[in-house]
Amino acid sequence: MSETPILEVRGLTKRFGARAAVRDVSLELWPGEVLGIVGESGSGKTTLLNCLGGRMPADAGEVLYHTGDGREVDMLALSEADRRRLLRTEWGFVHQNPRDGLRPDVSAGGNVGERLMALGQRHYGNLRDTALDWLKQVEIDADRVDDKPRAFSGGMQQRLQIARNLVTHPRVVLMDEPTGGLDVSVQARLLDLLRRLVRDVGVSVIIVTHDLGVARLLADRLIVMREGGLVESGLTDRLLDDPREPYTQLLVSSVLTV
Amino acid sequence: MTAGPSNATVDEGYNFAFLDEQTKRMLRRAILKAVAIPGHQIPFGSREMPLSYGWGTGGIQITAAVIGPADTLKVIDQGADDTTNAVSIRSFFRRMTGVATTERTPDATIVQTRHRIPETKLVEGQILVYQVPIPEPLRWLEPRESETRKMHALAEYGAMHVKLFEDIVRFGRIETAYDYPVMVNGRYLMRPSPIPKFDNPKMDQMPALQLFGAGREKRIYAVPPYTAVKSLDFEDYPFQIEKWDQPCALCGADDTFLDEIITDDKGGRMFVCSDTDHCEQRRAAGHRGTGAPQSYVAAVEGGE
Amino acid sequence: MYVAVKGGERAIANAHAWLAESRRGDPAIPELSVAQIREQQKLAVDRVMTEGSLYDPDLAALALKQACGDQVEAIFLLRAYRTTLPRFGATLPIDTSAMTVRRRVSAVFKDIPGGQILGSTFDYTHRLLDFALMAEGEPAPAPVAAPAEEARVPGVIDVLNRENIIEVERPASGDPAPPDLTREPLRFPAPRAMRLQNLARGDEGFVLAMGYATQRGYGRTHPFAGEIRHGTVAVEMVPPELGFAVDIGDIELTECQMVNQFAGSKSEPPQFTRGYGVSFGHGERKAMGMALVDRALRAEELGEATDAPPNDIEFVLYHSDNVEAQGFVQHLKLPHYVDFQSELNVVRAMRRDAEAARQAALKEAAE
Repeated sequence: MSETPILEVRGLTKRFGARAAVRDVSLELWPGEVLGIVGESGSGKTTLLNCLGGRMPADAGEVLYHTGDGREVDMLALSEADRRRLLRTEWGFVHQNPRDGLRPDVSAGGNVGERLMALGQRHYGNLRDTALDWLKQVEIDADRVDDKPRAFSGGMQQRLQIARNLVTHPRVVLMDEPTGGLDVSVQARLLDLLRRLVRDVGVSVIIVTHDLGVARLLADRLIVMREGGLVESGLTDRLLDDPREPYTQLLVSSVLTV
Repeated sequence: MTAGPSNATVDEGYNFAFLDEQTKRMLRRAILKAVAIPGHQIPFGSREMPLSYGWGTGGIQITAAVIGPADTLKVIDQGADDTTNAVSIRSFFRRMTGVATTERTPDATIVQTRHRIPETKLVEGQILVYQVPIPEPLRWLEPRESETRKMHALAEYGAMHVKLFEDIVRFGRIETAYDYPVMVNGRYLMRPSPIPKFDNPKMDQMPALQLFGAGREKRIYAVPPYTAVKSLDFEDYPFQIEKWDQPCALCGADDTFLDEIITDDKGGRMFVCSDTDHCEQRRAAGHRGTGAPQSYVAAVEGGE
Repeated sequence: MYVAVKGGERAIANAHAWLAESRRGDPAIPELSVAQIREQQKLAVDRVMTEGSLYDPDLAALALKQACGDQVEAIFLLRAYRTTLPRFGATLPIDTSAMTVRRRVSAVFKDIPGGQILGSTFDYTHRLLDFALMAEGEPAPAPVAAPAEEARVPGVIDVLNRENIIEVERPASGDPAPPDLTREPLRFPAPRAMRLQNLARGDEGFVLAMGYATQRGYGRTHPFAGEIRHGTVAVEMVPPELGFAVDIGDIELTECQMVNQFAGSKSEPPQFTRGYGVSFGHGERKAMGMALVDRALRAEELGEATDAPPNDIEFVLYHSDNVEAQGFVQHLKLPHYVDFQSELNVVRAMRRDAEAARQAALKEAAE
């Protein structure tokens, strides 16, 4: 791992009325690392992810991002124009519900090609070849390239959403419960795929999940959240096998008894 | 063909060109802003006009704002001067201004149009006023005005190519035939109004000023003279205009947009220039096509 | 010239003459006067004034006569006339608590200061055709009301809202002048003043349907009719040369205050909220529909779900105006030869390609 983190979050706070959904959260994401955020539902992890991705304004704190061209920017202080530009070039966001991250009435090829077209690619043949290559990488048959994702199964839609995000080789990808809502066997296949892609593309990932099994498989490092704050963080195996905080112990044991 | 000023018919009960001077000033400010930012849509306080929304109220308001007593006005719809709505708008301005009207493109200082650009090349000093039903090119993928304005501001136009991409996926070619999206001055994505894509190349570097008015949607936009207007396409599927297998049956032109005329009930048809003035000028200069079928000529002349 | 449709000024002039003839109908029947329409088709006149945004019963009646009774056409005529009127200034906000009420009902409080006044209403009539009206006789005179009290009849909600359990209406921060939709375009986010103005001008059928949808579960607002009042209010204006307010006349209005349940949010305790509706003349259906939609459009502001059509501000405001809607729908009658020709060319070309592909496949199969 390199010397500087790609993303540094400092003192991030997000309130809804009097309640702090995210309370003074600081964390770092290192290049090539998969960071898992775990916690019960309502612990603030999705809100944290939404603030990081600029999808929701935060009330305090900094999200310092080291851009591809070597600048350090605060995602929360950027103009909307600059933020949106970064988000569609250097960042990706995988939604829990693939419908939120796909154009359901645009062909699979068009879905994968959209970010490339936004970056100025104007050769239909090349766009289509790239789309076919990515469909292969996410294990979707080439003959589905002209079909609309509306007709795809949930697992296929999720894989297509991942391809659509990774096609521009983003540097940071945020994932919100990417395996939620999928059957167990479909989940397993998706997890294998994610593991491989993350390694191959060398992207840094923050993944939010309530499923410790998913976290163990994918994440290098984990952060445990409770009531908007950080409880504990550490290497995944260490944290799951030897939790220090009583809350983490509860969390881990409850998953073991399930 | 040019009718002289006919003050006898002017309606004295209304201000020159119907709108009050305050409203015209508001419109001119919007037009100036539009000219300053080519292709960018300027919201304006569209007035209720005595003609229906969707029937050219945007174009009428622009014409009313720029017309003066010395102007000569031409109004076309579908390329023709004598389609009902063109006749109605022309008579509205005759009644409200008393200015000269014409059917000859070179004689006009202002041409208000719906769905066509004249075949005769427009020159410096002329103004082409388009009637626009839906000004927003991104509307097909984003129904929300608040979001499309952001997309324009940030030039987030990738999704527009997705539409053309999908055309090729489905049809093997770009299927959009009219209202074909263009980039203006390399910056703003613009709808050219529902002109056939055949007319798109005429917009590029046009010496005349092009003004676009959408009354119901309350937007004005413009392409100043000599501005780059590029139709979107892909490198391997370049923009192309439609072609006909035959020339105009009346004037023999092989470089104009042709209307298809059904000549009998046995499948007979002929193709003639949609721009009636251009066709007439060519015939006056001695050009001839293959002519209409005799049966049709007889039927039409008998019917008049 | 062989253009198939030669519109021609003559055809248009003839069409206009024919229209005038059909407007008059059978000349053996006496012609309707504008005054008759104003007096005897009053609710039609009221609707034309409301959606035409111009309080002028005579011109609204004229518009109805000219439009052969077509309401949307009459509204259009009145609006087009309104465009040409000069602006002298703005009146002061009207004070509906000072209304001389003719009708006033509340569905939330039984005993209200000033009392419930049923007034003139269709509500409890049996909808049986009254063949006596065909005989054109004079109706029996209505009982004479007690002399109108001069006392103010303040709004029910304001009087009974001791605990602030119903939200108190306050001007937007800084009390900005309301926008004028007849002078400036809709902009988003649209402030409530702009939304109310749009709804007041909006098509009664559309507003009613949207309000109805909220009752059926699309953007539910749990409404109660707090108060509906109808009567006349004074309109006052401060002429710059005088510097004080003068009464420039009375207008007839219908106002509806809807009270809606509100579960509270993370920052606000539960309380009742309000929706507001108003119309010129006597127009309860419109005012009530408007109040429902006004409240539904506040869903985002109040942190409620916004997924039903009546919660969608852009959707509602962009499609409420019947003058805009009728124009754009009916413009489909205008010629579209050129667009259609372009599509025809494309479809023909695609069919040629498809046929060629089919032939090629057949040939390949045969070989």
